[in-house]
Amino acid sequence: MDGDGAFSTAFQLIVSGDPTLMQIVSLSLRVTLTALIIACLIGLPLGAALAMARFPGRGAAVVLFNALMGLPPVVAGLVVYLMLSRAGPLGFLALLFTPTAMIIAQSVLITPIIVSLTRSVIEDLWAEYEDQLRSLGSSAMRAIPTLLWDGRFSLVTVILAGLGRAMAEVGAVLIVGGNIAGHTRTMTTAIALETARGDLALALGLGIILLTLTLILNAGAFVSGRVAQQQAA
Amino acid sequence: MNLIKTSTHRQMSMRLIKNAISATAALAIAASLAAQLAVSAGAQDDYITVASTTSTEQSGLFGHILPIFEEATGIEVRVIAQGTGQALETGRRGDADVVFVHAEPAEIQFVEEGYGVERFPVMYNDFIIVGPADDPAGLSGGRNAVAAFSAIAESEAAFASRGDDSGTHQAEQAIWAEAGIEPEGAWYREVGSGMGPTLNTAAEMPAYTLADRGTWISFENRRDLEIVVEGDDRLFNQYGVILVNPERHDHVKAEAGQAFIDWLISAEGQQAIGSYELRGEQLFFPNAAEQRS
Repeated sequence: MDGDGAFSTAFQLIVSGDPTLMQIVSLSLRVTLTALIIACLIGLPLGAALAMARFPGRGAAVVLFNALMGLPPVVAGLVVYLMLSRAGPLGFLALLFTPTAMIIAQSVLITPIIVSLTRSVIEDLWAEYEDQLRSLGSSAMRAIPTLLWDGRFSLVTVILAGLGRAMAEVGAVLIVGGNIAGHTRTMTTAIALETARGDLALALGLGIILLTLTLILNAGAFVSGRVAQQQAA
Repeated sequence: MNLIKTSTHRQMSMRLIKNAISATAALAIAASLAAQLAVSAGAQDDYITVASTTSTEQSGLFGHILPIFEEATGIEVRVIAQGTGQALETGRRGDADVVFVHAEPAEIQFVEEGYGVERFPVMYNDFIIVGPADDPAGLSGGRNAVAAFSAIAESEAAFASRGDDSGTHQAEQAIWAEAGIEPEGAWYREVGSGMGPTLNTAAEMPAYTLADRGTWISFENRRDLEIVVEGDDRLFNQYGVILVNPERHDHVKAEAGQAFIDWLISAEGQQAIGSYELRGEQLFFPNAAEQRS
């Protein structure tokens, strides 16, 4: 495999500001970040509630969310496909083969990750501070925002795990998005397409760009986390 | 977490307010994104969805002809590239307005079952048998696909099958059937993927495989694969286009879809197809007029 070819291809694509590439990158970011926000809005409170609530079947719920972290993307994609297909129950929404369908599929994939990892972080915090919070008159449910806030530096890692999964994912978005040029083609589906065409240098070049993007997002989160931590200290 | 240790009620309520503000901000972002999505979905109404095959998309044909069509009519065409079997299934479920595929018996069945309105032949190219340059089954220069498949089975030379119910896979199965062979054994590998991945696999093994010429010409990773058999009439590869029946699925954009079909078989569309060349070779040969009569 021609590694030099891939690096020079990646470099040329970036410096030329190739409009197709820019469009693909912006769609990838839009889909992934929107899915991440949705997953966090659901997953952070749900994970915290699961950490502190005591109810029959809680163990089963914990195991279920843990198992769903390993949900194969192609299965998630297929389920969302069958729901959104014209022949499916939500077909009237006409969402199949749109970016919205891709956001839904990715939200389904990463919400269990956010839920499970949040539960793990908050469980530890709750074990440590339950007595204090209760003595301050806080009920378990009212303590959720406090614990989420105090665990925020650990939760950044949780959110980054969800981001990583969404950025890297190809199986689900390929099925529900259809990899339509200029409409639902993302970085990962473009890489799959170029591999299929045998243009391995271009495929790897796109891979390098995707990795760089992921690196930048992670570095951004790391630095802002550090700054916030210093201000808090 | 020294924060909690110094907590007072007041600090806690401050935090709650902060949390509420950031949660509201996040919700607002989500809502605006959703609104933006809704707007972009609503604004772009003049489009059709075409379920087609990997060979037409990956060979670059659509990249060549669609801008011409879009320029002429203002109708955007969104292509989903699948195997023929999957593309017809997409049409059956009503998830596409038009199917553009290459497996005549399956297409005729699609129309007869009432899922499609009418089948229009559009263009053809041919299938070829490609294989490693050292040619373990001794096929090179042959013109008979059935004899070639028999020789592959006899010598148990590795063969990579699409195994995905695509048009190419159906053509391959028809040749095995004509040779009276049920391919099985370690030499017969069902890859279960598109033409490109199958060629990647065949190049790596190395193995023989049946490919459509369009994908082959546009394929970049041939390594030491080359064409070993071509020119058999059985390897003729006809493409057809069908409007999904609006009586089955009333959301089908019948007018715009039929406009696309009419254009494909018009003199202008046929000329656009015939003018697509890659590496100096014509990939698809328009034949709407001859086939219809």
